[in-house]
Amino acid sequence: MAANGKSMSIIVTKGSLDWAYPPFILATTAAAMDLDVTLFFTFYGLTLLKKNLDLKVTTLGNAGMEMPMMGGHMVMPNLVGALPGMDAMATAMMKGLIKKKGVASIEDLRDAAKECGVRMIACQMTMDLFEYDAKDLIDGVEYAGAATYIETATQCDINLFI
Amino acid sequence: MSTVLDVKGLNCPLPILRTKKAMKDIAVDAVLEVHATDPGSVKDMEAFCKQTGNELMETAETGGVYQFKIKRKS
Repeated sequence: MAANGKSMSIIVTKGSLDWAYPPFILATTAAAMDLDVTLFFTFYGLTLLKKNLDLKVTTLGNAGMEMPMMGGHMVMPNLVGALPGMDAMATAMMKGLIKKKGVASIEDLRDAAKECGVRMIACQMTMDLFEYDAKDLIDGVEYAGAATYIETATQCDINLFI
Repeated sequence: MSTVLDVKGLNCPLPILRTKKAMKDIAVDAVLEVHATDPGSVKDMEAFCKQTGNELMETAETGGVYQFKIKRKS
């Protein structure tokens, strides 16, 4: 039980570089603020538990994506995103910004989450569906399903879906 | 005499995470002084202290650097 008795759960469904940030930022911050935190990784979110992270960002279908460029902002071309090399370019730009602006890497945030006792649950059904092997995921992960999440969520003050 | 934590150049949520870590290393009633450049840390440090029950004694800014003095309460 957390020092202040409060708790949070997040269902993590997305596995791209940009979408990896909200759950890990909120989880580590909540843990620093003495909350008990549970992350439930399902579908594409499960990739965030892999030992070797190789996260990417795509411009495709993301009309709101702008990158700072020469004092202004460049809207990242949407349809052009389908061309080979575009995702790699967008990912390289994003990683460059992350480093330059003192933003933590997902690896660091995930380590911090582990260190401060954030409970991480991998969805067993997704493990089977996408044929993931537990040995490819980081240690300390629990394997469970929807009932485990629901039981946890009924005890939490904050429940989010990302 | 207070311990100083330098988180200049670091962005959300690192100033809070580092502060939490440093608070564990000081004695109850001791003061941690945090130096940050993240403008978001002004509101965040307030929220962090409110939630963790520590006392934010002072917030100041000089030349783009924010200084927080936090007293460990428990």
